[in-house]
Amino acid sequence: MSVQAAVDKLKARFGETVLATSEFRGETTVVVKKEEIVVVCAFLKGELGFNFLTDLCGVDYMGQAPRFMVVYQLYNIGTHTRLRIKAPVEEGDARIDTVSGVWATANWLERECWDLMGITFNNHPDPRRILLPADWEGHPLRKDYPVQGPDREPYQGRLQ
Amino acid sequence: MANFETMTINMGPQHPSTHGVLQLVLELDGEIVRKATPHIGFLHRGVEKLAEHRTYHQVLPLTDRLDYLAPMHNNLGYVLAVEKLLGITDAIPERAQVVRVLLAELTRLKSHLVWLACHALDIGAMTVFIYCFREREHIMNIYEKVSGARMTSNYFRVGGLSADLPAGLEQEIREFVNTMPGHIETYEGLLTGNKIWQKRIKDVGVISAEDAIDLGVTGPSLRGSGVDWDLRRDQPYSGYENYDFEVVVEDGCDTWARYHVRLKEMREACKIIHQALDKLKPGPILADAPKIVLPPKQATVNTIEGLIHHFKLISEGFKPEVGEVYVGVENPKGEVGFYLVSDGSPRPHRMKIRPASFINLQALPKMCEGSMIADVVAVIGTLDIVLGEIDR
Repeated sequence: MSVQAAVDKLKARFGETVLATSEFRGETTVVVKKEEIVVVCAFLKGELGFNFLTDLCGVDYMGQAPRFMVVYQLYNIGTHTRLRIKAPVEEGDARIDTVSGVWATANWLERECWDLMGITFNNHPDPRRILLPADWEGHPLRKDYPVQGPDREPYQGRLQ
Repeated sequence: MANFETMTINMGPQHPSTHGVLQLVLELDGEIVRKATPHIGFLHRGVEKLAEHRTYHQVLPLTDRLDYLAPMHNNLGYVLAVEKLLGITDAIPERAQVVRVLLAELTRLKSHLVWLACHALDIGAMTVFIYCFREREHIMNIYEKVSGARMTSNYFRVGGLSADLPAGLEQEIREFVNTMPGHIETYEGLLTGNKIWQKRIKDVGVISAEDAIDLGVTGPSLRGSGVDWDLRRDQPYSGYENYDFEVVVEDGCDTWARYHVRLKEMREACKIIHQALDKLKPGPILADAPKIVLPPKQATVNTIEGLIHHFKLISEGFKPEVGEVYVGVENPKGEVGFYLVSDGSPRPHRMKIRPASFINLQALPKMCEGSMIADVVAVIGTLDIVLGEIDR
């Protein structure tokens, strides 16, 4: 099944849950409502053959609403096609349901997303930080987290 | 109340067989592992955050430091992602493509040599370690001649290569690769028929194909479970579709199967290197895209256009159009991918690395729970993890 056919089936099945689709450099991206993410992912895996979750991450679009996007990179091992699913997440309610019940891979990837981007995954089986120490404050990959660290002056260059 | 049924011990972060700073908290019932919990992050350097504050050209050296046993593969994944973002994938000259494949496969040999050396050493076969590092040293010397560095190569560039291969190196690579099958036979002679080696890895670290796919395992670890999937063949990049090689698959699902997959992959890598050397013809090594590609040093110092382009690219960088791409490459350890989001500025808005080792490590508890504590060492070895990539 081609990617386009998969997207058509997704639209036919979920209707208004699919917010937008786009194509760039031959890669297809589908934006879906976050409330339905688990059902959509289960459908993609079960019916459309996207049995492999390649990657999962959050992207911070600070200044825009909604602020975050959770991005799922899917792969179909049968047809060797890729599909990208995105779900918008509001800053005020930075949470989304876990898909670790659909692909076990998501467990650590969602922990990393919580750790570095501060997006909570509802019903996650093991919601701990993964790369940073357990007592770390803040989420470094957010755009409002300074690159030099929270309590240091920004580097001004050596020619001051 | 204290639990007298099981004992909890720390394995690592300072432990010689964890290949870096990996900590495993093991819950033991006698010698049987009941639960294994990996703790990672000791080497976290925030590469993804740093990348958001550098121009696209400046991000490249950061990628060397992910999987430091296969730096050229990380370089390759990153430059392919940037080239796709810019839409210049088809503009890369033939010679640059061939050199990329040549060095990527040499890197695969290098990485697999470290895997075999350390895997065997962990299990107690020390001789193999010495032999493997002898050959690896040879590849390191080639690396040094190509890029000037033994480990952090930083050699590929967006649009091509940073420099051409030095004169006479092709002959040296060919002579080295001619000796490699004999060396691989030596390793196999030391290990494959060895009863101790067999007992330590047969039926150890078993993971079924379904579980491996569910847990996102990629690379030789997945092909050892009978899944016939290799990005070099199934989503070819850098002209891999023009090479004749076999994707090695074994059905054993255990450490023994993965051992055979990697050894055969080393032989296949030698085949690809020979084909790449045959294809290598003189020609340009950089794409004709002066607004993107860093000009060669000669052009910078001798021509005004070169100087201007150099100045603009170094001080400002290039600006890809708004968009996002994901490119995955078949690293020796599995699929390493780069997801780049551009907001039209000269710096990536977001760079997410798909680390093969990180995701493969997630399968470790599944592979060693219920087995003996000594098997944990074999499982770490067979997953072929590298902590620089796990922690980023």
